[in-house]
Amino acid sequence: MSDTEIEFDTAGITRKFMYVNRKAPYGTIYALEVLEAVLISAAFEQHACIVFIDDGVYQIKKGQDTAAVNMKNFSKTYGIIAMEKEDADEDEDMDMVWRIIVEKESMEARGLSRDDFVIDVEVIPSDELAIIMAEQEIVISG
Amino acid sequence: MIHTVNKSPFERNSLDSCIRLSVKGAPILLIEDGVLAATRGTSVSDKVAAAMDDHPMFVLGPDLKARGLAEDDVADGITIVDYSGFVDLVVEHGTVQSWL
Repeated sequence: MSDTEIEFDTAGITRKFMYVNRKAPYGTIYALEVLEAVLISAAFEQHACIVFIDDGVYQIKKGQDTAAVNMKNFSKTYGIIAMEKEDADEDEDMDMVWRIIVEKESMEARGLSRDDFVIDVEVIPSDELAIIMAEQEIVISG
Repeated sequence: MIHTVNKSPFERNSLDSCIRLSVKGAPILLIEDGVLAATRGTSVSDKVAAAMDDHPMFVLGPDLKARGLAEDDVADGITIVDYSGFVDLVVEHGTVQSWL
């Protein structure tokens, strides 16, 4: 019997995905689960808006050290996401737009600024972010 | 897009964030503990009433019933839907954003 190869042909099917992060890391599993979904999205070359709202902004706070709580510091994985975004931005053959967005109001309410994050982000006020959200085809929330 | 909120407005900020980040005209459906926002005479009633200027507001009947809340307890202007009404709303409005 010949080997069966399963192929996922997603050529030509590119949808607008938004990933909504609203929970602080480590206290619940939400943040890690959304991150895993984002990484899957990268494999299938889909458009992705990764947004951080409310306590979700703490997911990408600089200086996380989880050694003493025996959990994986997954803020480092966002470095990989930032690399994916760079690839998408630079590769003209790849029809893939990635944006990493922090809601301005959530950031300011927590005394944070753009320099506090492990990756470069777009800081966007809620009224503009609402319009971007309304344009999405698939929203994955955590 | 339709927005769902499943957390109590007395415990979490999910409803606040939903209102802040939804465009005018987008419907909001209150489910699970989110239905508590639909009751009249609470500390969040004014906020919900103000949101209804911009958003059609729905609440899931079975979740109200489960919590001992009657139709009479629901604030004016909020539409009570059953599970098939929930499905109809999703079919009509497409993408769902869940405020968890």
